[in-house]
Amino acid sequence: MRHARGKEGDAKMVQRAPKRHVLDFEQPLVELEDKITELKQLAVVQNVSVDEEVGRLSEKADRLRNEIFAKLTAWQQVQLARHPLRPYALDYVSALNTEFVELHGDRTFADDAAIVGGFMTLNDRRVMMIGHQKGRDTRENIRRNFGMPQPEGYRKANRLMRLAEKFHLPIVTLIDTPGAYPGLGAEERGQALAIAENLKLMAGLRVPVVSVVIGEGGSGGALALGVADRIIMLQHAIYSVISPEGCAAILWKDQTKVKEAADALKLTAKHLLSFGVIDRVVPEPPGGAHRDPAAMADTLGQVLYEEVNYLSHVSPTVLRERRLKKFLNMGYFEQESP
Amino acid sequence: MSWFRRERRGVQPIQKKAIPDGLWKKCDLCGEILYVKELEKRLWTCAKCGNHFMISTQQYIEILADPGSFRETHTGLISGDPLQFKDLKKYRDRIREYHEKTGMEDAMVTGFASMDGRDVVLAIMDFSYMGGSMGSVVGEKFARAAQDAILRRRPLIALSRSGGARMQESIYSLMQMAKTAAMLSRMSEEGLPFISILTNPTTGGVTASFASLGDVIIAEPKALIGFAGPRVIQQTIRQDLPEGFQRSEFLLDHGMVDMIVPRDELRRTLEGLLDFMCARAASAPDQEVKDDSQSPAVS
Ligand SMILES: [Zn+2]
Repeated sequence: MRHARGKEGDAKMVQRAPKRHVLDFEQPLVELEDKITELKQLAVVQNVSVDEEVGRLSEKADRLRNEIFAKLTAWQQVQLARHPLRPYALDYVSALNTEFVELHGDRTFADDAAIVGGFMTLNDRRVMMIGHQKGRDTRENIRRNFGMPQPEGYRKANRLMRLAEKFHLPIVTLIDTPGAYPGLGAEERGQALAIAENLKLMAGLRVPVVSVVIGEGGSGGALALGVADRIIMLQHAIYSVISPEGCAAILWKDQTKVKEAADALKLTAKHLLSFGVIDRVVPEPPGGAHRDPAAMADTLGQVLYEEVNYLSHVSPTVLRERRLKKFLNMGYFEQESP
Repeated sequence: MSWFRRERRGVQPIQKKAIPDGLWKKCDLCGEILYVKELEKRLWTCAKCGNHFMISTQQYIEILADPGSFRETHTGLISGDPLQFKDLKKYRDRIREYHEKTGMEDAMVTGFASMDGRDVVLAIMDFSYMGGSMGSVVGEKFARAAQDAILRRRPLIALSRSGGARMQESIYSLMQMAKTAAMLSRMSEEGLPFISILTNPTTGGVTASFASLGDVIIAEPKALIGFAGPRVIQQTIRQDLPEGFQRSEFLLDHGMVDMIVPRDELRRTLEGLLDFMCARAASAPDQEVKDDSQSPAVS
């Protein structure tokens, strides 16, 4: 039953070869790599040895990559987290070569393609996978609303989480959204309520929940899949209460101050780990997940398996107590003696 | 924290109006000029259009609680500026300024009170403190108030007015949404009532967490209530928003709140609701289980 599907070939759709997209700060590196590829092709055509030159350039590329990635700014991290070639939830599902049975619909109004979910295998384990899903091209992005869910997306997630609890399946969520959609219909159908109900449900679930921010962790729309026993971020993922753009517009009253806002929000995986808000950072391949999606999927698959295995040994009562305590401990304030 | 103990500097918001200060006030919904004495008698609601003016937390306590019954809890919690956040201004300076301006420690006051003799826990937000934004202190106070309600088996009543999560605390403020919701999950299991009152305006992270999770949700008339702010929505969809969009009446029409209750009927309504909702709270939880096993449906 590999990739059983609802209405369309969701899992297959995202496998189309994506177009090229190079960020400003990636440019010198990509140019160098292009040169290496060119040289190798030339060697084949003209039957000459270029090993020495390729070796030299490869070393140079490694050095350059290390240099660029050692001092990434917060804004560059944001750009990486939003990279159009970055793997999305369904890319991981297909790369992991798992069994995946996608389930659709909130049973009330619609099926929101900005959130996908279903039964999934992780090696010898069975889990419920729920994730935000962005589109790879314009057509798919319109269908998936750029990964910005409507209330129906959250209600589908809610339904699937309750299913998982009923059948004692651990839950894996893959978070990647700019935020919940701020639209007219979304308000009419209770966007706030849909998010709030997920937060409450997740806090009390009797099955393990592992959440991984794989790209953008955009505010409440991300958290609505993120009340987990283990909160994990990929190395170049971001997670914050508001986008740098929104923050700049409100606090700086100037939409161009995105770099300042990105810095101030301390939204990188490294920061959040140091705050103790997240539990683990998963390293990405050199240059970021989009440079080697297969390697990234491999690592993520291992991490998920490991985490789910570990949590599966904890009793439901202890799980819930620990989860409540974990979130009650979140906050930073000073207590004056009265 | 010496900076916090400083005296109020008497900073008052500058009010631009031609009307003599103190005697008259203009309704910002219908434009009617209203006599302040009359407004006070009407609990700060417009006689012409029913607009509910924003009032202080103290005034809400007087409206909701039996006279003299309110005992404030969980004071002395001050935001710690976890990110050392600085935009055009330092967050630390903002905290101090708002404290000086409002005399409040943060945007929520919690406490014990009685309503018609029944003990309740109150959590009241205040928009005048940094737009009623929810950061670590608001989240902690709400969680502790819910904890009080659980330990003493009392109903919890929250009154919200908030621009949402406090940006200056970034991930910490986001996590308060999960924290408050998690405590309410526990309250539900305990069979304890939580009533949420939404007032003008309640948006963002507060609407998307505890404020929407009331067993019963009450809105004051004409309050702006929503997830995204109207300006953000307008910029996103690039079309005019319908008349009355995101107002209490719109929410009632769309099934998002149980009732719209004018301020002068709030207390009576709450008392009536609690009569129905407190039966289980009064009984010990283990008794409950015994009763279930004896139900005719099982035998
Ligand atoms: Zn009026």
